[in-house]
Amino acid sequence: MIANFDRILSSEDVMRRRATLLQRMHIDGPLLVLLLTLAAGSLFVLYSASGKSWDLLIKQATSFGIGLVSMFVIAQLEPRFMARWVPLTYVLGVMLLVVVDVMGHNAMGATRWINIPGVIRFQPSEFMKILMPATIAWYLSKRTLPPQLKHVAISLMLIGVPFILIVRQPDLGTSLLVLAGGAFVLFMGGLRWRWIISVLAAAIPVAVGMWFFIMHDYQKQRILTFLDPESDPLGTGWNIIQSKAAIGSGGVFGKGWLLGTQSHLDFLPESHTDFIIAVMGEEFGLVGICALLLLYLLLIGRGLVITAQAQTLFGKLLAGSLTMTFFVYVFVNIGMVSGLLPVVGVPLPFISYGGTSLVTLLSAFGVLMSIHTHRKWIAQV
Amino acid sequence: MTQPIRLKDHEKDARLVRNRVVVGAIVVVALIGVLIARLYFLQVVQYDYHSTKSENNRVHVQSIPPSRGLIYDRSGLVVADNRPSFSLSVTRERSGDWRQVLDVLVEVLQLTPDDRALFEKRVRQGRRPFEPVPILFELTEEQIARVAVNQFRLPGVEVVAQLVRHYPQGAHFAHSVGYMGRINEAELKTLDPVNYSGTHHIGKTGIERFYEAELHGQVGYEEVETNARGRILRVLKRTDPVPGKDIVLSLDIKLQEAAEEALGGRRGAVVALDPATGEVLAMVSQPSFDPNLFVTGIGFKAYAELRDSIDRPLFNRVLRGLYPPGSTIKPAVAIAGLDSGVVSPSTRVFDPGYYELPNYDHKYRNWNRTGDGWVDLDTAIMRSNDTYFYDLAHKLGIDRLSTYMNKFGLGQKVSLDMFEESPGLMPSREWKRSTRRQAWFPGETLILGIGQGYMQATPLQLAQATALVANKGVWNRPHLAKTIEGQKPLDNDPMPDIVLRNPSDWEKVSHGMQQVMHGARGTARKAAVGSQYLIAGKSGTAQVVAIKQGEKYDRSKVQERHRDHALFVGFAPANNPKIAVAVMVENGESGSGVAAPVVRQVMDAWLLGPDGKLKPEYADSTPLQVMP
Repeated sequence: MIANFDRILSSEDVMRRRATLLQRMHIDGPLLVLLLTLAAGSLFVLYSASGKSWDLLIKQATSFGIGLVSMFVIAQLEPRFMARWVPLTYVLGVMLLVVVDVMGHNAMGATRWINIPGVIRFQPSEFMKILMPATIAWYLSKRTLPPQLKHVAISLMLIGVPFILIVRQPDLGTSLLVLAGGAFVLFMGGLRWRWIISVLAAAIPVAVGMWFFIMHDYQKQRILTFLDPESDPLGTGWNIIQSKAAIGSGGVFGKGWLLGTQSHLDFLPESHTDFIIAVMGEEFGLVGICALLLLYLLLIGRGLVITAQAQTLFGKLLAGSLTMTFFVYVFVNIGMVSGLLPVVGVPLPFISYGGTSLVTLLSAFGVLMSIHTHRKWIAQV
Repeated sequence: MTQPIRLKDHEKDARLVRNRVVVGAIVVVALIGVLIARLYFLQVVQYDYHSTKSENNRVHVQSIPPSRGLIYDRSGLVVADNRPSFSLSVTRERSGDWRQVLDVLVEVLQLTPDDRALFEKRVRQGRRPFEPVPILFELTEEQIARVAVNQFRLPGVEVVAQLVRHYPQGAHFAHSVGYMGRINEAELKTLDPVNYSGTHHIGKTGIERFYEAELHGQVGYEEVETNARGRILRVLKRTDPVPGKDIVLSLDIKLQEAAEEALGGRRGAVVALDPATGEVLAMVSQPSFDPNLFVTGIGFKAYAELRDSIDRPLFNRVLRGLYPPGSTIKPAVAIAGLDSGVVSPSTRVFDPGYYELPNYDHKYRNWNRTGDGWVDLDTAIMRSNDTYFYDLAHKLGIDRLSTYMNKFGLGQKVSLDMFEESPGLMPSREWKRSTRRQAWFPGETLILGIGQGYMQATPLQLAQATALVANKGVWNRPHLAKTIEGQKPLDNDPMPDIVLRNPSDWEKVSHGMQQVMHGARGTARKAAVGSQYLIAGKSGTAQVVAIKQGEKYDRSKVQERHRDHALFVGFAPANNPKIAVAVMVENGESGSGVAAPVVRQVMDAWLLGPDGKLKPEYADSTPLQVMP
């Protein structure tokens, strides 16, 4: 249906479209509207989840502002410009992760952060969330598709190095998102189905073998509680039991804004960060969460449209991967809070409190906007 | 083999990516469908379950212990009340490492390792999760301050105000009212967990134990909203507890004090009954102890001191002290002889100073070695003649004697509401066969006639047997509670009255007992000197160490603790009995010399007005002369 979208546009149409103010500012209207809607909703939920803390609200709004600026700046960059700098940035990013790894081992504790007191304090792994798909997209866009085994292997190495460094921090949530970012590029690049299926098929016997021959009992126990948190109701299980009770007790229409007892009486841990969806579920019910899911779906839909319409292979692969990774955020977060998936630290995009993830996410959408608004109307050779 | 050169085909690439976009879109929609299904399951299918769970999280039912009923003496004086006291409680679940918290607590309050051991034991007794367990009571101002200052080091520790039992009269009523103590593990198993959910103490002895159900009351509830740390945010609903019932005792503080004074620091027991009602007017077991020590948990050392004292202050001599009743049983034996027809009031027996069974060469001695000559019933009681009663018992036989004594309450519990009471022992043929696997010997019947041998009775039983003579056989079980919330206590297992074929036999025996006090040769006549009213009494001696045949009791050779116990029973005014008293003085030796004056003092305290004259309401209809 949209396969020949580019070609049926007349040049007048193109000119008229380019004439709009947003277009000239390299901003995508639909994305912006959706993002602002989510931001407004986020503040609403956060006010309740944080126990009516204006302080937190102002911080989150500020982060949102910074994120929007970041998104706007990134949207001005041409995708080709990005592609040119990606390899160098990737090397730099991996080096920073190595620095974190080394420093983290020297100074116990803040292993995720690079902290130059008074100057800057940041998490290199956050950059990797965008850098990872960009790197693989850059690498594969120069090869023929679908990727050959050799190229897949090199891609996996490129993904593997930062992935392992982040796992070592340890930060399972971020490493998972970085892995997904890289893997989705391969998927979008047409990775052969039989490879995908054989990797998935191989994973099962490997896991079973590890279970029986390599792992110690305490490790097995850790995995069991990881998979079935309710076997440890006062430890790990507490969070899940309470979040399920929060969501479940919300029913179809919820208890009403600011009326959630689970979060307001502190039964729900992390209620304003990773577990915020439980607050939504409790206060706004099934209807509220469905509305949020609809917003996400529209956002992802727009992302996929941008992917399909992207003119360069780099742009297509990057946009597709960023969009799909965004979905991983949503699915893993809601899945874990509702007890479908084990608990890993993945925030709910745009709703959870946390400046870093907000800036990263908005930057990613900046990349999408850049890809979409820097299209040229003459086919590239 | 040369590889074919692959040209970049942008059309093909774009198609490939578009296919993958479509696949991605399908996957996204499908997985969002999974999420919605999951949420539907939680929020619609399992709604009730989670909703209940969340409500249970939030709403805690907290019990409010009822305030315990008060106890008054018959004049309205408070004997047991509830006093606010600050105690320290620990909630194990909120303390983290509670053992370490206890260490800090011991350090902060400068306590000993013994206290710490006690704390640990108490914390372990906690019943429900998140229940604050009181571990230290009666905190001083300084201790409260110390805990407050160190609160940050003491998670889960809080100072709580609660009502604690207090006995303002101290040792006076320790053996009748009893005391309360912390609920122990054995009691926990038998208690109603709901009604006692907020209660930490329970009656351990005496009235406190017997009327536990009435005194305790009904627990109340408070539904409170709490947060995850258990802090109460607001009260949602409240059901008030029903306070326990107040009890008015039949005991009288003044008579109690008079009885203690009469014993004068000697070890012993005094019981005074109102024969017409069974109300216990005084109940003294000396030495006594301060029941307040037990309420909040007595220390190991203090308890060991009480327990191991040679004077046995914890021993309730009135209810658990078992003594051969000695001659005090003679009036009851006389009733048995008269009613069964083996003797008549005029039957006479010659006393040479001993009694011999036909075909036995054992001599059963009268206390008076020279003998009293010819004695009839009246003289036998007055002189406490053993020979007469050997003869009577022999004629009666063990079976009838045992039956009659049972009617007087010997060998069984007589009281209505005294928890600790011992049934004593009234031997019989069957009893000896089953416990000793021996036949009954006639000689054993003889010594039962003078209250020796296997027979054992408590001072309360002696008092009740005496009250029965005073009340002409009409049974009223002795009881300590006069009223419970205005209601008289009910006797669900009444004893049958003793109905004699010839009711005038009561007067015959009573007359003999009056002669004991007022007769010219009465054994206790010294105790009745100057009496404003007629007294009927009977002395007795309970052997502590058996005397061998042919040996004489020589007090100088007997260690103080091995001397005989002195007993005395009596009632007054003899023709209008208002009080029946039994006294036991441990190692007091002489019933008439030591125990009788105690009885007299108790009777005076009850019957005489402040002017030293008989109170008009107790006036005896007959003149102050024992009829010959």
